[in-house]
Amino acid sequence: MKHLLSAGELSRDDAVSVLDAAQEFSHVANRSVPKLPALRGVTMVNLFFEDSTRTRLSFEAAAKRLSADVMTFQVQGSSVSKGESLKDTAQTVEAMGADIIVMRHFSSGAAHRLAHSGWVESAIINAGDGTHEHPTQALLDAATIREKVVGPARGSDLAGLHVAIVGDIAHSRVARSNVLLLNTLGARVTVVGPPELLPSGVEGWPVTISSDLDSVIDENPNAIMMLRIQKERIKGDFQPASGDYVRNYSLTKDRANRLADDAIVMHPGPMNRGVEIASEVADSPRSVILDQVRNGVAVRMAVLFQVWGREK
Amino acid sequence: MSARTVLTGSDIDRTLRRIAHEIVEAVPATEKLVLLGIPTRGAVLSSRLATLIGSISGTPVPHGVLDVTMYRDDLQRGGLRSPVATVVPEKGIDDSVCVLVDDVLFSGRTVRAALDALTAIGRPTAVKLAVLVDRGHRELPIRADHVGKNLPSALGERVTVRLMETDGVEEVQVVT
Repeated sequence: MKHLLSAGELSRDDAVSVLDAAQEFSHVANRSVPKLPALRGVTMVNLFFEDSTRTRLSFEAAAKRLSADVMTFQVQGSSVSKGESLKDTAQTVEAMGADIIVMRHFSSGAAHRLAHSGWVESAIINAGDGTHEHPTQALLDAATIREKVVGPARGSDLAGLHVAIVGDIAHSRVARSNVLLLNTLGARVTVVGPPELLPSGVEGWPVTISSDLDSVIDENPNAIMMLRIQKERIKGDFQPASGDYVRNYSLTKDRANRLADDAIVMHPGPMNRGVEIASEVADSPRSVILDQVRNGVAVRMAVLFQVWGREK
Repeated sequence: MSARTVLTGSDIDRTLRRIAHEIVEAVPATEKLVLLGIPTRGAVLSSRLATLIGSISGTPVPHGVLDVTMYRDDLQRGGLRSPVATVVPEKGIDDSVCVLVDDVLFSGRTVRAALDALTAIGRPTAVKLAVLVDRGHRELPIRADHVGKNLPSALGERVTVRLMETDGVEEVQVVT
């Protein structure tokens, strides 16, 4: 792959090959020298038009483990408010030596625009664009589900598994990317949330739609993914932290206890403990939230390696 | 395209036995030996050699797999490569005599990458190289300590090693 813009553009084999590579890369962290020389001399730039700590750090750790050089360009409103265009910013970053640009942008479609505009030669990795997509998050979630539910077999996908994604689906690029990738990998997906937080057009997604978390839990999903309420993106009267939301859509201890014994609980972070997920559940043995973070570094190593290692 | 068989199954077996004896002769302190095979077929050969050396010396020989993919200098040529698992024997490789095992020695670039990859997992007191076939055309100052067969070849020819475990047949061929 030349760029990674959308989880939907990955074929089953592409995705499985990223998961396989990530599985090997995950062992690097345990070595006496946790570093591989594969991307020596390659410069990765984190170009962030929107706040993010974990994604930026995760890409930084991944690049450093592969011996790449890392630069961070946090466009803290400054250049944007000065009116600098995406084109000028990206070209500036490339003139400083970028080979790979990891971009987070508040506008849906920004990564696609940058990759196909002809403005820059660099490989582009979408690290989140508006409410559109966040493909590396979907890959790390798939890697975690495969590791925890399927086992360590190389080459395997997620065929036959059932994954529930719960909460603010409308504003979640994580949900969108996960739905696309999980489908490609053969899993069945149910999205669960109050009607106000389901996106328009969700009927066209390859998913089952539900507004009843309790009945979805009774279907014994293999994995349940809790999403943060994106207060900053919600317009209007909806009060997500209200008692109603917690009562109906929070993964409480009682609900978690009704899950199958080997079912896993996921959250892309940052968590609002006590809102979408109870604190005891987030810290319980079935929670794989920190495994997701760990797999995030390995998956991003695999993606960086694959966008760079393509034939010249 | 024509293929000429240069080693049959029984040739390969005899050759590996000879290399096993050579290694024991060169490293009498066999308890210090660790064999690391380079995937794919080097790993098969190293596991066979470990069994052979174990039966000669009476002490089991630890063996593992060393993936060198991320250490190659040609990662942007010849299509996307995928890393495979490195398996280090439980006791590690520090202070061991480490024998790298590969099927074919050609340019020497794989061995160069393997020497780099070794430094990330430990520090053996000595590193040796055993190969089933040395076909020449070295591009780096690297030579093998134990060679199954020296096989002068033309640069355009291909040497293919096939082993029971990976290919279902056992032979070395030169393909012209």
